[in-house]
Amino acid sequence: MKAKNFNIKDFLVNNGIIVVLVLLAFYTGIMQPTFFSKDNWINIALNVAPRFIIACGVSGCLITKGTDLSAGRQVGLAACLAGTLLQKPDYSGKFYQNLPDFGGMWWLWVIAVILICVAVCCVFGFINGIVISYLQVPAFIGTLGMQLIVYGVCLVYTNATPIGGYHSAYTIVAKGKLFGVLPYLFLIALAVGLVMWFIYNMTPHGKYMYAIGGNEQSAEVSGVNTKRTKIIIYMTAAALYALGGFLVGAKSGGSSVNMGQGWELEAIAACTIGGVSVNGGIGRISGVLIGVLVFEILKTCLQYLGVDTNYQYIAQGIVIVVAIALDIRKYIAKK
Amino acid sequence: MAEQYRLEMKGVKKTFPGVKALDGVNLQVRPGTVHALMGENGAGKSTLMKCLFGIYKMDEGEVYIDGVKTEIANPDDALHKGLAMVHQELQPIPARSIAENMYLGRYPMKKFGPIKIVDHATMNSEAEKWLRDVKMNFNPKAQLGTLSIGQMQSVEIAKAVSQSANLVILDEPTSSLTDNEVEALFRIIRDLKSRGVSMIYISHKMAEIRQISDDITIMRDGTYVGTWRIEDISDEEIVRQMVGRELTNVYPPKDDYRTDETVLKVDHLTSIHSNSFQDCSFELKRGEILGFGGLVGAQRTELMEAIFGMRHIQRGTVQILGKEAHIKRPQDAINSSVGMITEDRRGNGIFGCLSIDDNTAIASYKNYTHAGKINKSEVDKVVKDSIAKLSIKTPSGKTLIQSLSGGNQQKVIIARWLANNPDILIMDEPTRGIDVGAKYEIYQIMIELVKQGKSIIMISSEMPELIGMSNRIIVMCNGHITGEVEGEDATQENIMAFATKFDLSGSTKKEATQEVQS
Repeated sequence: MKAKNFNIKDFLVNNGIIVVLVLLAFYTGIMQPTFFSKDNWINIALNVAPRFIIACGVSGCLITKGTDLSAGRQVGLAACLAGTLLQKPDYSGKFYQNLPDFGGMWWLWVIAVILICVAVCCVFGFINGIVISYLQVPAFIGTLGMQLIVYGVCLVYTNATPIGGYHSAYTIVAKGKLFGVLPYLFLIALAVGLVMWFIYNMTPHGKYMYAIGGNEQSAEVSGVNTKRTKIIIYMTAAALYALGGFLVGAKSGGSSVNMGQGWELEAIAACTIGGVSVNGGIGRISGVLIGVLVFEILKTCLQYLGVDTNYQYIAQGIVIVVAIALDIRKYIAKK
Repeated sequence: MAEQYRLEMKGVKKTFPGVKALDGVNLQVRPGTVHALMGENGAGKSTLMKCLFGIYKMDEGEVYIDGVKTEIANPDDALHKGLAMVHQELQPIPARSIAENMYLGRYPMKKFGPIKIVDHATMNSEAEKWLRDVKMNFNPKAQLGTLSIGQMQSVEIAKAVSQSANLVILDEPTSSLTDNEVEALFRIIRDLKSRGVSMIYISHKMAEIRQISDDITIMRDGTYVGTWRIEDISDEEIVRQMVGRELTNVYPPKDDYRTDETVLKVDHLTSIHSNSFQDCSFELKRGEILGFGGLVGAQRTELMEAIFGMRHIQRGTVQILGKEAHIKRPQDAINSSVGMITEDRRGNGIFGCLSIDDNTAIASYKNYTHAGKINKSEVDKVVKDSIAKLSIKTPSGKTLIQSLSGGNQQKVIIARWLANNPDILIMDEPTRGIDVGAKYEIYQIMIELVKQGKSIIMISSEMPELIGMSNRIIVMCNGHITGEVEGEDATQENIMAFATKFDLSGSTKKEATQEVQS
């Protein structure tokens, strides 16, 4: 009997936030029955998809005891970049007046734009990696600087004007469904999740990532190219922000320089709720998914319960602090 | 109640997930005595002490101090009850001064108007007094990080002494000390004893136990074996009780498997730092065990780390298997078929939060990777073989390495390098803090490796081990290679003569003068 009680306590410490939020979801469902409607859950799933992709990127940085504060701004830059390149030919406020009409080849150009966004963000990710590994600037500071740089680049590039009038070949990426049932957005996120799971669990790169987070000196001695591994991690992260930004742009049908602001913090919070340890070396893609899902459900619940937007921030902040406090507790218990 | 014990622990039990660490252990320490606590690594000595200090919570058991039943909640509480501990693995704050480290958490205070502030003058003068008391003339304002590991340990001992505790636990205090420092320590211990202080002395060194302790308690696999007066038990009996079997040979029979082929040739290797290794040249033959002797601070570790690409060199060359090797990073060395077991197991050996599987395979994942994907079943097989072959005590390969004892952690690290099948294996203090039984197993592994045509460089500060295991011994002092002995000439006296060829005092003192900015 005693042992059983102990297990329940352990379970609560390990999954407390999730348990509380499941209860909150049920409460919301009772108060507002539409909360459990199919539409609402599809809506949540569509919101989760790009955030999950971004959180996957951040998770690699966190597992190696780093962080990436430039994530949100890179999402914004990718969204703006994609937007400027994928406007309707007949749209009056076109960013590039000479952008040709691709006719039946628009889908090919959409893919090319994804690659352009990924390439541009990867340059910033590469610089992040170099600064953190070779110049040994703490990730917190290095990526904080990058956050400002990317924001500046985005402002210079768009001249701070909002971008709209997207071609349907672009918006269909977010709004379309395979066989009219499965949203593309959902499928893309699923594919990213599977690829990242494979990298984390089945490749030497993934093993090296956990090793660096566990003990960087030991990794070095064991012949792990820690610098290269970290650069790859920050570049992969940037590529995922680019993809995330591209999708967010498609979903909202327009973008501005403020897009993605603060998303890095949301992603870090989601990872932590999902069990990615801030002490490094621990974290799973499935956990990241749960974390993002939980965080998104929290936001939706608060909306459904009619909580004032200002108070929503306070609630989210409390959840982040409690999640990290519980994470640290797990670490202490292991000693 | 024939005798009042200073400390009595009764029936202590402690279980970790999957491992029964302590099972009904007793300990009785008489006032004013040194009580040796012996047992193989993993026997539960450190766990018992951690239970005593409230770092771990014991599942069952009672603690009496001076006959009064007590419960100790945490290390701070232990300190108030007169218990102090000198840890086996130091936990200092290198960036702060010696005095601040000694008085951490109990700074002397003085009034400064309405508030209280730290009294630096008193702290420094007190620290200096205590350091002098243990015959260490360091500047208390010097940054702790500028001292060697051995010197830091001395500071820890001075700290324990300064806490005027009446029960001091010394967990392998001499493992990094030079002979002079050990003598100084023993003087302090005898002095404390005469003042009525009791001490628990954890060590694997038989000679020291014999020299300093009054009573001895032996543990084996988490259980209590027994307690004896030291004069009532022979060395052979102690070893027999510890391992639970007769142990006739300390070293496996030494055969010569050396060939003429030179696998490693080091020429004029010189560090970028003037106080580190200078102009070192030597050769290693295939099938040879080459010992490196010297005192703490002789720069042996630094030389080996440079060969392995962990340190920068100013000039000099390294040839491996007849080819010049340009080693900039450890992975270059690994690609040149060199492996390295480092001295600081926790600092740059293990990955605490990862499993034994991951810890074993980390240096050799590329061998099991096909088309970018790791073949898990191959990894599992290698790890399982290693656990069996090196008799690593663990429930499974999925267990986290941090839950193993030091000796078993070391075996995992050996397994890590064996999985890579290197021609040259550098072992820096491979048996430090490891019990006799596991030591013998590691020696056997070393012999097996040279039999297979591999070559080993072994740094060791234990003279008998160096002599017992090496085909040839190179001695270093103050960054220079000062001599080489082999066969009949390999005696403690000869090695010691080379190891003290230069006067060390000048350079080490200079290092410790950099003061902390306050």
